[in-house]
Amino acid sequence: MTAATTAINGNISGEWYLALAGVLFAIGAFGLLIRRNVLVMFMCVELMLNAANLTFVTFANMLHDIGGQVLVFFVLVVAAAEVVVGLGIVVAIFRRRASATADDFHLMKG
Amino acid sequence: MAVIVHGVLLAAATATGHASAVDWGTFGVAAAIVLSGAIGVVVARNPVHSALMLVMTLFGIAVLFVLQRDDFLAAVQVIVYAGAIVVLFLFVIMFLGVDREENIAAEPLRGQRPLAVALVALGVTGLLLLGEISKWTIGAPSVAGSTDSSTSNVAQLGTSVYTTYLFPFEITSALLVIAVVGAVALARRPPMADIDRVPDTEAEIAGDTGSETAGDTGSVTDRGSSEKGDDPETDQAAATDDAHQHTDAHQEVTP
Repeated sequence: MTAATTAINGNISGEWYLALAGVLFAIGAFGLLIRRNVLVMFMCVELMLNAANLTFVTFANMLHDIGGQVLVFFVLVVAAAEVVVGLGIVVAIFRRRASATADDFHLMKG
Repeated sequence: MAVIVHGVLLAAATATGHASAVDWGTFGVAAAIVLSGAIGVVVARNPVHSALMLVMTLFGIAVLFVLQRDDFLAAVQVIVYAGAIVVLFLFVIMFLGVDREENIAAEPLRGQRPLAVALVALGVTGLLLLGEISKWTIGAPSVAGSTDSSTSNVAQLGTSVYTTYLFPFEITSALLVIAVVGAVALARRPPMADIDRVPDTEAEIAGDTGSETAGDTGSVTDRGSSEKGDDPETDQAAATDDAHQHTDAHQEVTP
């Protein structure tokens, strides 16, 4: 880290933010793999998206490039659209199966 | 008082050339909030608790944004994520009535959790190794502008979004329209309103199985049911269809 970079990052070097984002992403991925409730799985996806957002903002400050922050803006929009469509699918499946557990969703099983 | 302490600490930090203790304290508290919230999302039995833990994590991320002088995105994070997305989650949880506690200790698929731990550890380790041993190139400096603190964060971000990133921004609007249309199409009751209704009680299933052969043949072929098969669910599916025969009139007046 150069002195200029640490100054922009609020006196804390960017590696700390990146490490935190990595841990957050790992927790989200782990939760996505082990949980069975579809809604909780969606929340774990949100955790992973937030880890990516934190990485974007950190790199935007480390590289002095506003593009990273703009990308976070787009990630927010994509996350909102993803949640809307995903929850719509959950509601549609729930009408048919009366369950929000991923184990019960084997409609397309051959 | 706090300002004085902050000033003293800042002076000490600049004098010694190290990061400010206030910044480190803020970062530590925010990181603890983020991580404990994330773990809470994963281990909470009740989906409502998971959603509330998610709010906690999102607030921690917003604090980290502020710590990096990124005020606008911190505000957007709180408004959009905590204010809209989590509320949507909670709405669906309440709407479906799935806020029952789930048995976390049970592991229906054997070996799933060790495998998940191994996969995540492998992925993260591989990522860290790649970052250490490979030579990353970051390309040419962006033309979108820098994050210098001479102008405000909102002004920089707005200028960049409406000039350099104008086309992606317009695409975003199309994405949102598509998402709205998709959500409406998914959540709308289909014209054949009977295929998606599940019998409310066990008695409803049991009570209607007697008349199953009588009234069901026409309607099943009519809708080309994909649920007809050799699996044990067929009986229940047929009973479900039959149960709808009695509620069709009610279903059709429902908007």
